[in-house]
Amino acid sequence: MNSYIMYGIISILLVISYWKDQKKTKIALKKAWKSFENILPQFLGVIMLVGILLSVLNTQMISQIIGAQSGWVGVIISAIIGAITLIPGFVAFPTAAMLLKGGAGYMQIAAFISTLMMVGVVTAPIEIKYFGKRITIMRNVLAFLFSFFVAYIIGKVVGTI
Amino acid sequence: MNWIKKYKFFIFTILMMMILFFINRNMGIKAIYITGFSFKEMLGVIPPIFILLGLLDVWVPKETMMKYMGDKSGIKGIILSIVLGSAAAGPLYGAFPIAAVFMKKGVKFSNILIFIGAWSTTKIPMFLFEISSLGFKFAITRLIVDVPGIILIAYILCSIVDEKQIKSIYKNAQSM
Repeated sequence: MNSYIMYGIISILLVISYWKDQKKTKIALKKAWKSFENILPQFLGVIMLVGILLSVLNTQMISQIIGAQSGWVGVIISAIIGAITLIPGFVAFPTAAMLLKGGAGYMQIAAFISTLMMVGVVTAPIEIKYFGKRITIMRNVLAFLFSFFVAYIIGKVVGTI
Repeated sequence: MNWIKKYKFFIFTILMMMILFFINRNMGIKAIYITGFSFKEMLGVIPPIFILLGLLDVWVPKETMMKYMGDKSGIKGIILSIVLGSAAAGPLYGAFPIAAVFMKKGVKFSNILIFIGAWSTTKIPMFLFEISSLGFKFAITRLIVDVPGIILIAYILCSIVDEKQIKSIYKNAQSM
């Protein structure tokens, strides 16, 4: 759905651009291809890695670990699972909702959702290519630690610890 | 040989996939299925982003970007970075190429990091989805905690790298 909208908008923009200046549009497309081709090897590697990780760590396993545990140990485990997996939000939110119904704590779920979105262990090779090792590692570490704070606040506000 | 060097990570994952097949056939099949799904997701998001970036690169002058998001953009630049990051759709890896173009256009480093943070966690389409699955209270609490958190993380990151490192990151972006 989202991608149809994106392709639609891009097509319109391309037509306008081409109509205004053919040469510039050609340069834009060349630049687009160059930067795409530059990062393609990393993308291919990352999606393969995601496929391998998700097949080994299936949802049932994830739900067992988060659902069964409570307290900070559960939070730490959920945070680590969130950090190393790469599940699209459309799958992650309903899964999280299911886990909540199954008895998981809000704190664990919040930690999972937060690291899932902010920390990217498998996408780190792409991030390093753009930002370098230092920034990438520090950003992910800070985001990981911050997720515990988010979990704590959500635990306080929404659920009971 | 250059080709092998460029694709070494990808080749490594292919080997991993093959090993997985040997250990457990079902897991291997599942891994390929998930990879196919991710690949489709990537095709849906990545090509339009790169074309948009190409267009942005040729049509929007550096001065304009610098004015709104550059070193002197202040609070306006911060707000704009959050709005741009939040309005976007797609996984986090889609944000990195955009960050590179922002660097080329002279956007302030802290604003780029805020943009990355917003893209990762405060996306508007996702927010609506989060409300419907986890409830309004959960989603709004997360949002309220996340916005200052993103800004804080961006400034901490800025403070731990020196001018020289930022310059080399910007220089690297020129060649992306």
